[in-house]
Amino acid sequence: MHEQLIFEHSRSGRSAAAQHPLDAPAASVPDRLRRRSAPLLPEVSELQAVRHFTRLSQLNFSIDTHFYPLGSCTMKYNPRACNQYALLPGFLGRHPLAPESTGQGLLQCLYELQEMLKEVTGMRGVSLTPMAGAQGEFAGVAMIQAYHKARGDLTRTEIIVPDAAHGTNPATATMCGCTVKEIPSLPNGDIDLDALRAAVGPQTAGIMLTNPSTLGVFERRIGEVAHIVHDAGGLLYYDGANLNAILGKVRPGDMGFDVIHMNLHKTFSTPHGGGGPGSGAVGVSERLLPFMPVPVVGCDGARYRWLDQQDLPQTIGRLSAFMGNTGVLLRAYVYMRMLGREGMHRVSEFATLNANYLMTKLTAAGFELAYPGRRAGHEFIITLRREARDYGTTAMDFAKRLLDYGFHAPTTYFPLLVPECLLIEPTETESKEELDAFVAAMVAIREEAKSDPAKLKGAPYTLPVRRLDDVRAAKQLDIAWQAA
Amino acid sequence: MPFIPHTADDIRDMLAAIGAPDTEALFDEIPASLRARSLDAIPPALSEMEVGRLMSERAAADGHRLNFIGAGAYEHHVPAAVWAIVTRGEFYSAYTPYQAEASQGTLQLLYEFQSMMASLTGMAASNASLYDGATALAEACLMAVRAHRKSKSQRILVPVAVNPAYRDVLQAVAGGQKLAFEPLPYDPRGGTTTTASLDKYRGQDITALVIQQPNFFGMLEDVDALTDWAHAAGMLVIAVVNPVSLAVLKPPGEWGTRGADIVCGEGQPLGVPLSSGGPYFGFMTTRMEHVRQMPGRIVGRTVDLDGKPGFTLTLQAREQHIRRSKATSNICTNQGLLVTAATIYMSLLGPQGLAKVASACVQRSAELVAALEKVPGVRVAFSGPRFHEAVLLLDRPVRGVLEALAARGIVGGCDISRDYPALGHALLVCATETRTPQDVETYARALADVMQSAAAA
Repeated sequence: MHEQLIFEHSRSGRSAAAQHPLDAPAASVPDRLRRRSAPLLPEVSELQAVRHFTRLSQLNFSIDTHFYPLGSCTMKYNPRACNQYALLPGFLGRHPLAPESTGQGLLQCLYELQEMLKEVTGMRGVSLTPMAGAQGEFAGVAMIQAYHKARGDLTRTEIIVPDAAHGTNPATATMCGCTVKEIPSLPNGDIDLDALRAAVGPQTAGIMLTNPSTLGVFERRIGEVAHIVHDAGGLLYYDGANLNAILGKVRPGDMGFDVIHMNLHKTFSTPHGGGGPGSGAVGVSERLLPFMPVPVVGCDGARYRWLDQQDLPQTIGRLSAFMGNTGVLLRAYVYMRMLGREGMHRVSEFATLNANYLMTKLTAAGFELAYPGRRAGHEFIITLRREARDYGTTAMDFAKRLLDYGFHAPTTYFPLLVPECLLIEPTETESKEELDAFVAAMVAIREEAKSDPAKLKGAPYTLPVRRLDDVRAAKQLDIAWQAA
Repeated sequence: MPFIPHTADDIRDMLAAIGAPDTEALFDEIPASLRARSLDAIPPALSEMEVGRLMSERAAADGHRLNFIGAGAYEHHVPAAVWAIVTRGEFYSAYTPYQAEASQGTLQLLYEFQSMMASLTGMAASNASLYDGATALAEACLMAVRAHRKSKSQRILVPVAVNPAYRDVLQAVAGGQKLAFEPLPYDPRGGTTTTASLDKYRGQDITALVIQQPNFFGMLEDVDALTDWAHAAGMLVIAVVNPVSLAVLKPPGEWGTRGADIVCGEGQPLGVPLSSGGPYFGFMTTRMEHVRQMPGRIVGRTVDLDGKPGFTLTLQAREQHIRRSKATSNICTNQGLLVTAATIYMSLLGPQGLAKVASACVQRSAELVAALEKVPGVRVAFSGPRFHEAVLLLDRPVRGVLEALAARGIVGGCDISRDYPALGHALLVCATETRTPQDVETYARALADVMQSAAAA
């Protein structure tokens, strides 16, 4: 299946005229400020546009159409109700700067969302404004810095990250003006505590951790990690990428974390949207309360209002022009209300059941685990290094062939320290049948690898395109269409 | 169990396969001392019907009012087809196109978006979006520091007439990397930034000048003169623009002799509803020579094994998942779904439609200003060409006037008195193509009413 570029459907003089305002006299703009030639926007009918973009949508894999076990991304079902109720006209048509008196319904939803997120994370305060996980990380590290600075502790400029951390962790530390110190993981997936003890000192601002880690296993000695870092004067940052694994079972606040971000687009099921919008709400412990990013929803008795710089003079400031991705927050709110108190722990229970079941079945089928003997959290890693050695087929070859079998590939080549790895996260919303079918596909692909490795190298065959030339894409850069 | 498909038989069989007595056993690596107590502050579950009723009641309570606020988020007509397609599951529930072959829909759409934004802004290269307009400006400033290798100062000139929320975000996002933002005053008569205010920086090492067009007051800056002045002084030029305005206003790529170097802005006016503040998206375009300094996802066109054209994420060596602490930014995703809306919006409007929307905005806001300035106690702050916003000065505090208008079903504008104390009681108003002449009349009558009544004083 192939779809032309929208520009190739374009013909001069054609338009979707129903969308043109009827009463639009030429703008009175001084000549020197006026645009001289029209932009290269397509000239198409409404049907042509609708058909083009509908066809494009059909070229995608998505949760709604395919099992999507992308590790570390929590591709669970996005309930349609969340979308529908976030798009109610009263919320959708509201200008963010309209008087608070005209937005009490919205503010109540957001206030209650803050309260629910505080409860599931064990933190003392929540700010909803960060617009993605990476911005939540930024807010977290900025708060850690602001805390040290407010205490006159000006030498703490170093952030510690495990070598398995998401790339956003070190990149965030740099954006905040910190330096990064990496510490190794042990062969069993736990943090090397001796390396941690050696790394901390008066320069330590904090440590950024994911638990369960990106290796898919729970850091059992988290209590000791917290002691080591706190004793050295540093703070603990919880990267909420894997919160789905522990929701309702253990709370980051109880593990000793001072600040966390939550990916609402993962754990709380807001859509990934082809790569955003996300939402990276942050939760803080008592000592970081004064530094939260603004605005935060406050409640004075019966009325809700936005708290800003005047209410929180030590805030790290404003991270978006308005109040973050409000529509995403409403979706998370609806989701949490439908799960309710009794539904939170079920998320992690069934995510973990599915992951451990899939891990068991793949192991039984002869695939090699990266961290054998450990429980999976909500995800786990297999390494295809034996298949690479014996058949010359890589993890990427398996990933591409899975697409032909109708499965989105797991995360490939992450974390970087495991060779030829697939990071597999089934989530709680997948059925046993779907997991069994995935195992069957993996087994069939390994048979193909054995008998006809070239077949894997050439995969995929059944998608809109075959494997793409990434080197050419970067060298002969074509990132915008030019009229012939 | 909501959204969980497991039957009792499934659970039993799966636990048996794992060799675990119950699901609790799967958490046996978590120290018992850390295990959570019950989550009392979370209310019991609601059915979809119940939560639907709750949300409908709250949304209805917020109601609908006639809106005259802009200030960075603009009410435009969004064609019905836009969100009907955006919310298709294949767009809505897909992720970042890591597996390009299974994501050609999203990737081709992003390529089309990049093409449209590049042309609209008059630049060669666009990324696939950033979080919002404010963070796009912060990223543009950080990018300017990387792109302008000769400048060592990390000093950036930012007019006071740039959106004050954007200036706050600049400080919060880029301040940590020791960028210094220096305010430039505006001309109190024209409400624009003048080259005269720049003269004290002549001969100094300044990395970049930010120019917002139209500026926060809705006034049109003399972009040619400002751009040429900055380039002559060895600075880069960062343009902050409203994409709808570019259907009629000169694109930044044509400002002055050489054009702007980096262009960014808020993409919300392109098919994204106001939605109480977000999600929106930021856009960024630049010259081809700076493309490797640009943050965010970029999609490129290439060929597959059979030589057939296809699309993929490219120049990923700039990004955090490869470069880690040396990346251009920590940004991971873009705002894909909103970009989907914008691309469909621009395709439906086309060059003529978008120009008509922009023209209707200019027309309607001019009518609004003419009608409101006739109200006793109201005058217009600045004179000169505008796009679709204007600052009005009232003879009394704005807040009370806005509350009184809200009670009459009108959201009358944005109170900017706190951000601009020198202006006095200042109200920023906006009218787009969605306001009719009758709406303007309704507002003018209500304002006259409010200004007459002692209650608002």
